[in-house]
Amino acid sequence: MAKELLKMDHITKTFPGVKALDNVNLSVEEGEIHALVGENGAGKSTLMNVLSGIYPYGTYEGDIIYNGEVCKFQKIKDSEEKGIVIIHQELALVPQMSIGENMFLGNERGKKNAINWNETYGEADKYLKMVGLSESSRVLIKDIGTGKQQLVEIAKALAKHAKLLILDEPTSSLNETDSRALLDLMLEFKKQGMTMIIISHKLNEVVYVADKITVIRDGSTVETLDCHTMEINEDRIIRGMVGRELTNRFPKREAVEKGDINMEVKDWTVYHPLYTERKVVDGVNLNVRKGEVVGIYGLMGAGRTELAMSIFGKSYGSGITGTLKINGKEMDLKNPRAAIDAKLAYVTEDRKGNGLVLTNTIKVNTSLANMEGVSEKGIIDSDKEYQVAVEYKNKLETKTPTVEQNVGNLSGGNQQKVLLAKWMFTDPDILILDEPTRGIDVGAKYEIYCIINDLVKAGKSVIMISSELPEVLGMSDRIYIMNEGKFVGELDASEASQELIMSSILQSGRGE
Amino acid sequence: MSISIKDVLKKYTMVLALIVILIFFHIMTGGKMLLPQNINNLISQNAYVFVLAAGMLLCILTGGNIDLACGSVVCFVGGIGAVMMDKDISWVLAVLVMLIGGILVGAWQGFWIAYVKVPPFIATLAGMYAFRGLSNVVLQGYAVGIDDTVFLNVFGGGADCYIPDFFGGGSINMTCVLAGVLIVVIYAAMVFKKRMDAKKAGYSVGPLSADLVRTVVIAAAVIWFFFKLAQYKGIPTSLIWIGVVLLAYAYITSNTTMGRYLYAVGGNEKATNLSGIDSRKVYFFAYVNMGLMSGLGGILTVSRATQAQPTFGQGYEMDAIAACFIGGASAYGGEGNVFGIVIGALLMGVINMGMSIMGVEANYQKVVKGIVVLLAIVFDVLSNKKKK
Repeated sequence: MAKELLKMDHITKTFPGVKALDNVNLSVEEGEIHALVGENGAGKSTLMNVLSGIYPYGTYEGDIIYNGEVCKFQKIKDSEEKGIVIIHQELALVPQMSIGENMFLGNERGKKNAINWNETYGEADKYLKMVGLSESSRVLIKDIGTGKQQLVEIAKALAKHAKLLILDEPTSSLNETDSRALLDLMLEFKKQGMTMIIISHKLNEVVYVADKITVIRDGSTVETLDCHTMEINEDRIIRGMVGRELTNRFPKREAVEKGDINMEVKDWTVYHPLYTERKVVDGVNLNVRKGEVVGIYGLMGAGRTELAMSIFGKSYGSGITGTLKINGKEMDLKNPRAAIDAKLAYVTEDRKGNGLVLTNTIKVNTSLANMEGVSEKGIIDSDKEYQVAVEYKNKLETKTPTVEQNVGNLSGGNQQKVLLAKWMFTDPDILILDEPTRGIDVGAKYEIYCIINDLVKAGKSVIMISSELPEVLGMSDRIYIMNEGKFVGELDASEASQELIMSSILQSGRGE
Repeated sequence: MSISIKDVLKKYTMVLALIVILIFFHIMTGGKMLLPQNINNLISQNAYVFVLAAGMLLCILTGGNIDLACGSVVCFVGGIGAVMMDKDISWVLAVLVMLIGGILVGAWQGFWIAYVKVPPFIATLAGMYAFRGLSNVVLQGYAVGIDDTVFLNVFGGGADCYIPDFFGGGSINMTCVLAGVLIVVIYAAMVFKKRMDAKKAGYSVGPLSADLVRTVVIAAAVIWFFFKLAQYKGIPTSLIWIGVVLLAYAYITSNTTMGRYLYAVGGNEKATNLSGIDSRKVYFFAYVNMGLMSGLGGILTVSRATQAQPTFGQGYEMDAIAACFIGGASAYGGEGNVFGIVIGALLMGVINMGMSIMGVEANYQKVVKGIVVLLAIVFDVLSNKKKK
């Protein structure tokens, strides 16, 4: 048996009013990849923050034993000195600086106050090579893609001589190919003797890389699964995470009579708003019927969000051409207001960035897109507004004591419900849901799927954009496959499969 | 829903700070601070702060955006009015021109900020220089006196800027006392009507004791305040204007859709745009409105001084900004309310006046003011940090 590198022993961490961690145990052996899974809010990130010294020694109970000695980290620097480096979910890079500058930020190469640029870039290139990046370290961060930025983060960690690397949702913003490359890189590092902890929602990835899996639920350790001695699959992990058997990840939809074509887009072409010669969406044809869920599957950067936003009142892009028909009538939606009036709704993928006003209450967010519905001549009827918010809270089972709660205090799943409530209140006929379940846990996903089913049952049309294949396959009646700005395939749910979808993407790539 | 003392303290920190500072100066000045005449001056001297801060609040709500030009605009607009009245043009026309002038200036700045996306700091910095210069042009470098007594009486200038006592004068101005009582009665009636309505509609209401305590405290403060005013000459005319502006803005910010949009744009502009709201219109509205308030500020300023001078309004923008931030408006936008700016403006006014009575040298007064602004924000930042 290998040596135990890290042992977190009976860790308890309380915040005012909440016990975030209750007697959590974690044991990581040298040279293994240890996955930490659990629903949102289960305490994974808190545990890692305890480990890295963000919550200093003394603010929690229990011991951290690393390399056989008890550690009393006061700050992040302390843990980094021991070789424990954490890579957070949100990338901590300065876009305007070069890769090299970012890698040694706060850890500059050179003499006391003078930076030695040759050394900086020389060393940076060395570490970039280790993570398989061919870019020069003088390239600016903003000029490389998210996948590569994630690799830069890892290179940055390596530059700190990491012995124990913690990756918090490293693939959450990566596409399938980049994700796979990252996971393979992790396996490569493992061969070289690196120890890693990965926090992830994507259970297929966890199964792919992990040697051991520790499941956390409600602030306590539920179990640790050893992937080498047991047969582990996603259902087994989910059972531990939610504490029950989830027999069906997608709710059954009663057969809905498909109505007429509700919206039709023809020859839709969109150019980038800044680089106006770059085509982002290229000649897309799309239609959706009443009572139908149409999935749009594509990798990150395929142009799905751009397509959706350009349809939704030209809120993205320039030089948009093509025709848009709603209920058979050709429309020119100049701005989001016009789109809303045409009974269109766009539920953004980026809840925090362009969906919700986090500093405002559930009530305020619910009515924001349809103020006319709760006001008269510009004067708000606050009773009515409250009623509407409560009605949707109950309908969507949003978990909150009151609708006067700030949205920023809610979990991802509940925020998503508020966002859905906001758009449902505009009474749309066509809803474009952009990654409706991103970053939310298994239980909440199921509830969102139920809401989608209710919507189509009520005769609405749903266009669901997703980069999760099982979700697209499980929820759609029809699937469009998008790659590099084009629709490269259209499949009926009955004939679609993961292999078919992936192969149509690969073929289109080769055809170029 | 229970209300802990800690929450109350947190919510009303600045109110408590105001009371503590009042008591401090009361003691330090040997009781002079709370003399009726001083309470009266506190209002009429700072009328412009309340008015400008109300306009500034809307700008700050949209994302911490400020208007550096409003001091210059006060002078510019006031100068135009003074010159007009000096040429024996009717004061009504002059007032209209001053208000519309303010709106036009606001539209000018709002256009650059909202539609051309010039950062508000820069756009209004430009305005600060330009309108200061124009003020000099309008006044040709001289002070222009105003002797239109109707104008002065309506806008609280000159010696007799008080609401006359309709009940015959004793040493106590009865109109003033009655006004105070009336306000308290209306306020209490509104609180309880709202409560009854909410109950009837089946909403949860807070504990009765909380409403009672709040009403009693506010009633006591209002009665005390009006009693003090009554002991001097009664209600200063400028108080009417302040009251109208503050009530209007409290209503706009809390009960209208435009008010809601201001908060929404400050909280998350992208989300607001995607909700079908044109954020440009919201910015434009905020700055046009700031212009209108600058116009009113100009009227009150020249009226109080019974003249216009090219140096008027210097630093007014800073007083308004300080009142907003002391009153809890967020420097990032999306947070703040009218009650807060009232407290902020009063706090600054009290400190100014207290130090003047104590005979603190003007230069040191500025140092103290600076420290107070800093402390208020530091406190805000720290308490927000703890919340997380």
